[in-house]
Amino acid sequence: MTTLDLTGLTTRPSQIWGGVRLVPLVRDEPVVDLRLNARLYEDTLGLVEIAPRHAYISYVPHGFVATWTGDGTPAAAYGTQLSADVDSLPTATMGLRIHRRMARREAKHRLRFLPMHLALEGYLALHFGGPTIAWEEWSQRAIRQGLSPRVEEAYAGAEVRGLADALRVFEIHPGQCGVMVYVSDALAAAFIVPHPDDYRALHASLLQDLYGELIHHYALLMPPVQDFRARVPDTEIRSLAQLRTAVTEQERTWAQFHDTTMATELLEQEHTWQSVHRMGRFTLSRFLPRFRPKQGNHIGEAITDDLGRIAYLKTFRLSESQVRRGHLLSRLAAHDWHLADTAAELGLSDDQLGLRLDSAGFGFLLRQDVLDGYRKQRRT
Amino acid sequence: MDSYGDLIAADDVLLFVNAAITSTGQREFHSDAGEQRLSLDFLHAYMLGNYRDLYAGVLALDINDHNAVLVIRHLLETSGEATAEQRRSEGRLIAARLATLPPQRVYGLFDALRRARVNNRRTRAIMRDWLSARPDAAFDAVKYRGGLKRALRHAHLAPATKELGAFVFAPLTRKRYETPLLETWRRAHYEQAALYELPYTAAEGFAAKHGISRKVFLERIAPRMTRLETLRLRDSAHRIGATGTPADLTRMPLTRLATYVLSLPVEERVRRRAELTHALESAAGRVAGPHRGSWGKVTAVLDDSFSTFGSVHKRRRPLAVALACHHLLAALADDYTGLWTSGRTDALLARPYGPTPLGRRILDALDTAPSRLVIVSDGWDNAPPGLAGEVLRVFRTRLDPERRTSIVHLNPVYDAADFDVRRLSPTVPTAGVRDAEDLPALVELAQFAEGRTGLAELITYMDTRATRMLDATHQERSR
Repeated sequence: MTTLDLTGLTTRPSQIWGGVRLVPLVRDEPVVDLRLNARLYEDTLGLVEIAPRHAYISYVPHGFVATWTGDGTPAAAYGTQLSADVDSLPTATMGLRIHRRMARREAKHRLRFLPMHLALEGYLALHFGGPTIAWEEWSQRAIRQGLSPRVEEAYAGAEVRGLADALRVFEIHPGQCGVMVYVSDALAAAFIVPHPDDYRALHASLLQDLYGELIHHYALLMPPVQDFRARVPDTEIRSLAQLRTAVTEQERTWAQFHDTTMATELLEQEHTWQSVHRMGRFTLSRFLPRFRPKQGNHIGEAITDDLGRIAYLKTFRLSESQVRRGHLLSRLAAHDWHLADTAAELGLSDDQLGLRLDSAGFGFLLRQDVLDGYRKQRRT
Repeated sequence: MDSYGDLIAADDVLLFVNAAITSTGQREFHSDAGEQRLSLDFLHAYMLGNYRDLYAGVLALDINDHNAVLVIRHLLETSGEATAEQRRSEGRLIAARLATLPPQRVYGLFDALRRARVNNRRTRAIMRDWLSARPDAAFDAVKYRGGLKRALRHAHLAPATKELGAFVFAPLTRKRYETPLLETWRRAHYEQAALYELPYTAAEGFAAKHGISRKVFLERIAPRMTRLETLRLRDSAHRIGATGTPADLTRMPLTRLATYVLSLPVEERVRRRAELTHALESAAGRVAGPHRGSWGKVTAVLDDSFSTFGSVHKRRRPLAVALACHHLLAALADDYTGLWTSGRTDALLARPYGPTPLGRRILDALDTAPSRLVIVSDGWDNAPPGLAGEVLRVFRTRLDPERRTSIVHLNPVYDAADFDVRRLSPTVPTAGVRDAEDLPALVELAQFAEGRTGLAELITYMDTRATRMLDATHQERSR
């Protein structure tokens, strides 16, 4: 399993607002035995109508804040969680101290997210544990604590210009279970859930999501995108039936264009998958891209069923510098964190790689004297 | 053959009429109140500067009250620029339109004129005439006390009677008023029972002053409420358990009634299905009047996508217009089919939900081979975008070039960015719509938007409408 399998999801015509294009994904048949944790629904009561639930497995998306703990204090789910019955508590949570003022500002029945930088940090820490072999060049801190804590910068959806309005005026399709968010036609995120009710509950949460700096800058600087308007060639048409066929053809063309052209960087790129948890017929995994510099790279979490079809998906587009960092880390990981081997593969000398790590923000991983040695070599 | 300038003039006027029918300067689904106002203000300034006669003539069409007030204000503010002949015709139109406006709007207009420091002789004369034509000066003095007082002061008018003057400017100096209503108002300061003889809005303040519970107040004031007040307060009165006289739904105007129906939760609509359907049908029947069943085979495509929610200012307005049109067309046609974009078949349970697959619905509608196709939609065709326009274009150019089927698009939403209502296709005329009641007149007007009739015809049409309005007011006066 290397690419994403979106079987069962159909692409519907996109809706645009300014520079933001939202492409709805509709499930012909909703997945009924995997549902959003009931506690999250409790928080959204009054916002959504809930169909009868028969699910026996539930999930909590990464970063969701709710009163998970017994004593009623808020906590955040750390990584997407699967649990065996619909309202059990997630096991991995991260306690939060929310200031009184902040807590009061939030509406009572509103899903809340972790403070943003924390969530992204979590993402990267989940993917990279740090050096696996304690080569002598690595610092004690790198070996003991891995990459954590690392601060990654990202923009909350509310800061992405036009996204709030785009989500507000978006008309949710019946049966819609997912959406692909494009900003200036660059794929910003993909979000898929098992059931339309879940989507309805989580639609607005896209605004509290994370987006990379590229997306933020595009939204700020780029002109509005164009609609892909339908065009019916009229020379052949002699009857209403023929017109109807032409209309169906138009709809099919768009879906095909989107899946094979617009979303290729996510759908056709091979990902490295790491399976995290298996429960019933569902598997929770995280995936990393190949970190190809100067291309769209997406990390994410997915829940797949026994046939490998996506039931839940959430992705984040890495920024260019994050891709570079990821590239370095993945190369290091491929060589068991051996500096000389990695440098040889990248065609660099040891000191060049050392300084590249430093400039990428990983200087703290190297022992101070080793790093100083590299710097001295460069100077001479 | 019209000159190029005439074509542009006709186009501009239609554009302005569409805007003046639909926009109320309030927030819409796709644009906020600020954008709407800015866009509308520009149009008013543009029309006034370029086509003053036509701008005044628009008063005779079905433009909404908000825009009628704006037009009158702009005309009065710029009296100096008008010729004597223009002033005379404008004056008649203004007087006729003021007579049909709700009084609170007119007092609002007088206030706006006062704030804008417009106090020319013509303005004062118009204010004097309107005030003297009010049926009950004492009633106005009680219900619109502030407005009347400022109007009198601004226009340098003497109140109708001496007592009224005292009432308006120094109310509590008198021990007793001869006019019964004024005396009731005086007594209501001290006596609870008296306030129930006052108009609802005036009584509300006294009820608060005396600390009367809302339930008791609503029950006892019920006979004094206007039609719309009863409709508006019906549900909040029910919630607190007041059992006043129930609103007689069959007497309500069609679009108001549709808004009311859509504000009810689905369970209640199902429970009161017979009552609501009957009310909607009789309201539609009243509007259709002599035209009932005269439109032949009609098919309507009605938009109930999520965007018909409108905004918190105009809650479900576009959907209400669609629902009202549904019932009105059913009354006008002898064979009617209504198709909702979501595919629902039960109009009473309509709610704003889902995308707008207009193209497909229009195809379904054309399959029924109607003689008249009416599309009621905000024009945001998005599944897929532009398909409706393509279907209409191909149908017009390839399948029905002889125009056996007449197609018209009615749009309840003003698009601030485009200074017009959104069009589906250049081959199909689009007209703005605010109240479904105006539908027959709008279909007439929409023919001009097709670009086949020129400025001369448009001016003739507007003159006819103006004459009709002036006659109606004249008859009212003489009665």
